Amino acid sequence: MNDTTLQNFQTQQDSSTASEEAVRHYSDAPTPDKGQPVTRNESVEENLSVRVRDLSLWYGEHQALNDISIDIFANTVTALIGPSGCGKSTFLRCLNRMNDLISSVRIKGLVEMDGHDVNARGMDEVALRRRVGMVFQKPNPFPKSIYENVAYAPRMHDMVSRKTDQDELVERALRDAGLWNEVKDKLHEPGTSLSGGQQQRLCIARAIAVQPDIILMDEPTSALDPISTATIEDLMDKLKKDFTIVTVTHNMQQAARVADYTAFFHLGDMIEYNATKQMFANPHTKKAEDYITGRYG
Amino acid sequence: MSMSIVFLLFCIALLVLGGVAFALSRAKATRVRASGMTMHAQPDQYAWFAVLATAGPALLVSALGAFALLLMGAEIPVLYLLTASLIIAVIGLAMGLSQVRPAFHARRAIEGVIRKLLAAAALISILTTLGILLSIINEALRFFQMQSFWDFVTGTTWNPGASFLSSAGRAEGGSAAQFGSIPLFAGTFMITLIAMLVAIPFGLGAAIYMVEFAPLYVRKTAKPVIEVLAGIPTVVYGVFAALTVAPLVVDIAGLFGLDASYSNALAPGLVMGIMIIPFISSLSDDVINSVPNSLREGALALGITKSEMVRNVVVPAAAPGIISASLLAVSRAMGETMIVVMAAGMRPNLTANPLEDMTTVTVSIVAALTGDQEFESAQTLSAFALGLVLFIVTLTLNVVSVFMIRRFREKYRVNNL
Amino acid sequence: MSQSFEEISAQLKKRHRRSARMKWMTLGALILSAAFLVVFISDMVVRGWPAFQQAQIQVEVSYDEQSQKLPLAAVDEDVRPLISRGFFRPLPRKMEDNPALMDTTQTQWVIADSRVDQYLKGNEDRLRPADKETLENLVEEGRADLKFNTTFFTTGDSKMPEMAGIASAAIGTVMTMLVTMAVCFPIGVMTAVYLEEFAPDNKLTQIIEININNLAAVPSILFGLLGLAVYISFFGVPRSSPLVGGLTLALMTLPVIIISTRAALRSVPDSIRHAAFGVGCSRWQVVRDHVLPVSLPGILTGSIIGLAQAMGETAPLIIVGMVAFIPDASLSITGASTVMPAQIFTWASEPNSAFAEKTAGGILVLLAVLIFLNALAVWLRNKFERRW
Repeated sequence: MNDTTLQNFQTQQDSSTASEEAVRHYSDAPTPDKGQPVTRNESVEENLSVRVRDLSLWYGEHQALNDISIDIFANTVTALIGPSGCGKSTFLRCLNRMNDLISSVRIKGLVEMDGHDVNARGMDEVALRRRVGMVFQKPNPFPKSIYENVAYAPRMHDMVSRKTDQDELVERALRDAGLWNEVKDKLHEPGTSLSGGQQQRLCIARAIAVQPDIILMDEPTSALDPISTATIEDLMDKLKKDFTIVTVTHNMQQAARVADYTAFFHLGDMIEYNATKQMFANPHTKKAEDYITGRYG
Repeated sequence: MSMSIVFLLFCIALLVLGGVAFALSRAKATRVRASGMTMHAQPDQYAWFAVLATAGPALLVSALGAFALLLMGAEIPVLYLLTASLIIAVIGLAMGLSQVRPAFHARRAIEGVIRKLLAAAALISILTTLGILLSIINEALRFFQMQSFWDFVTGTTWNPGASFLSSAGRAEGGSAAQFGSIPLFAGTFMITLIAMLVAIPFGLGAAIYMVEFAPLYVRKTAKPVIEVLAGIPTVVYGVFAALTVAPLVVDIAGLFGLDASYSNALAPGLVMGIMIIPFISSLSDDVINSVPNSLREGALALGITKSEMVRNVVVPAAAPGIISASLLAVSRAMGETMIVVMAAGMRPNLTANPLEDMTTVTVSIVAALTGDQEFESAQTLSAFALGLVLFIVTLTLNVVSVFMIRRFREKYRVNNL
Repeated sequence: MSQSFEEISAQLKKRHRRSARMKWMTLGALILSAAFLVVFISDMVVRGWPAFQQAQIQVEVSYDEQSQKLPLAAVDEDVRPLISRGFFRPLPRKMEDNPALMDTTQTQWVIADSRVDQYLKGNEDRLRPADKETLENLVEEGRADLKFNTTFFTTGDSKMPEMAGIASAAIGTVMTMLVTMAVCFPIGVMTAVYLEEFAPDNKLTQIIEININNLAAVPSILFGLLGLAVYISFFGVPRSSPLVGGLTLALMTLPVIIISTRAALRSVPDSIRHAAFGVGCSRWQVVRDHVLPVSLPGILTGSIIGLAQAMGETAPLIIVGMVAFIPDASLSITGASTVMPAQIFTWASEPNSAFAEKTAGGILVLLAVLIFLNALAVWLRNKFERRW
């Protein structure tokens, strides 16, 4: 218990230095605005996880995203905020091509990961999704046992060959998701028998078990009670040691609590992207300021 | 005076009385209202109440009378009955008129009557089921008084024709009628099995393709087409089985050096399978379609391929619904009559070879009830015993299937199934 | 560090192949199911098409004293065997009704015998050699030919294939359906309205609901048993009549109408009911003035589908004796009658192979009616379907 708190503390320390660093760089960068990418300097370039340039998206005739450019840094938590319908979830789904499931969607622009254009013809979206996991708004455990929920995907991916490996992997994933102690005695009960917060952590465990680089979270706590929410927020903080986390939230306090970077979306535009502290203390744009101070939302 | 003219006169009289009731009470209500009193209802509502009071009891009395006349054979002259009804109508009119007063809730009274009428209509469905059950049980019991129940359940020879001979006093030694139903159920089981072997894989496959893989326009055209095809009458499939498929089966079996009967069990089984494909595919389509999308997204987001998702997540989630659809299909195949009457054999035959001719429960029911047997003979009544078993089996299948679909529905909170 | 895209893609190859295989297999299932049905329909069309054509022969018919006594004498002896007996039989009556015909000779196209018909259609050859020669000559002279078969649509059943038609079965179907709909439409809609809008949620209501669902799954032949035991032997409704057939089918169609009407009522959003209650309507007024009007298309769609189902039903009608031999249609609902599917069944069991095409022809007519009804229902639903 003490150990984890300490670790927790340290990660928070780390992240705050990182964000201060970023703020420092901002001071001499031009005012961030639409279409003007926010980047850290060359020395931290290797930390870049996803590079997005001029990303536009249409649902049929309706344009839902306008020329979004953003850099997402490895081992950080990035929060996407904005009023509902602003395109933040749509943007999130561009990162693992979940929008492919909607036939009327058209995408233009670059989403680059590990030197590959995610939207390129040769890119296998199944492979992409293995490296970019996702946790959804409503917990959606499979109608299988708790154990199977976690073990299913790694087994399909041939990540484990022996039963003991599989047991180990399930345990590790459940431990990382902070669920192990609660479910270790009922691994073979259905995943749907858990409470909402537990189900959501099961879904996180399911995502971690595949060992992705990035975990996308689409309002992961909006369907949960405050205590479960706090648990998941703690979890996000721990998980960024191993994963890059991009989360959508409509709860600004949550963004302020968990995120290192925050991007503010409005009507399909990305208005402002900045270190969270900077964003909340001293927003550069009027719209972001109005939103943060609660003039609309 | 002929009967129909009497009826016509009665109806006209009743209509006129109704009209009078409407006009009088409306006029009275309007007058009362004009005199400045507040009333509980509109003049029209008083008028309609008067009409109800006039026609309702009168019709009820005449209906009861007719019922007694037809059923109990009571000796009530029709003319008296109708006159009595008309008198009651006049009394009802007077009562209705006297109720036109401010304190009377005419609207509430009308609605009470309407509500009771609607409830009575709803009870008819119960009466129907009871009717089926009682009539079948009643006749079946009479059958079991004549024939041993044990022989019916365990006997392996079905030979009802001889009962006619014995009742005519011409029974020759050893040719007594035998009512062992096992060969009939074996035939039904065999043909149902063949039908399911065709219908489930094809129906389920088609449903999976339409929900999971098909582009929207394919789905939009295929679904109504399948619905229309599900409406093709069974007698048409029967003709197809008897005229086209059965000879084909014989020819193909001949190629392999097998000897098939022209009324083999395979042909009706196959055609019944084809008939049930739309049934299974449309039910499974609904079920698979209502598996929540979040499960699909959850699987895809883990880097699972689409077919792995379908096989490992969607189909298991939809399984209760799919099983339920299959059970309904089995129940339907067992009760299917025309295809087997036209294409399957008439000879009760206990065999495991689908190329031989076999007969089924439904064929035996039809055979027992067509032709000019007297209603009381054991052969005729045997149809009801078979019908009783068929009813129980299909009802059980249906109840189990309803239970399973309910479990599915509760699990995913879908309401459109 | 996790694997690169290249590594993962390489591992995925086999799984993608398997995935594609499943897609093609399920598509195959759909295509094969469709193919079955295409084969089936085209088989019926191929078999049934000839039924719409009928061989006719142009002959000189002499209407005189002799042919009044002996109708066969009205035509030449050599063509006599080629002509349907169905033509000769009504001749004396025709002359009685129309005295002006007397002692005239008219050249007219008359219906040929079924053997001629089958021969001209290339099906089978049962003509005697001498008759065949006469026929060939007539064909060469253009005096024997296949023409559109009006008889098929204007007559009832007959033992002579060339005289058999579907008219009386069609009339029987219409009468039976009238009885069916007259009984089950009001009762079905009323039941649905009661269950959906009025019924308290108690045990009785639940029993009624379960019961209706079960009723929908009861094999149709059992309704025939009910009709036989209750209507015919208990109430004494005449056997084989549209009345007993219609009542039997009404019970069968009832659940279809109830279920679809309930679905239509349920699709009306509660906000409409609340709004109507809000302006002081009583429950019945809400139903009558607000709920029923908007759900009417749905109710009609369900009823048409139920009607189409009842129209194709055969098994229960066999049990209540509606597979009668009806040469002339009667418009009485208590007289003996038959319906189209039962007529098809009767023809299908005729040993004479000339009836095979009549069977298929009857099927085509029935299918055309049913497809029309179903298409009407689908059209109605699509046109009036409202999304709330």
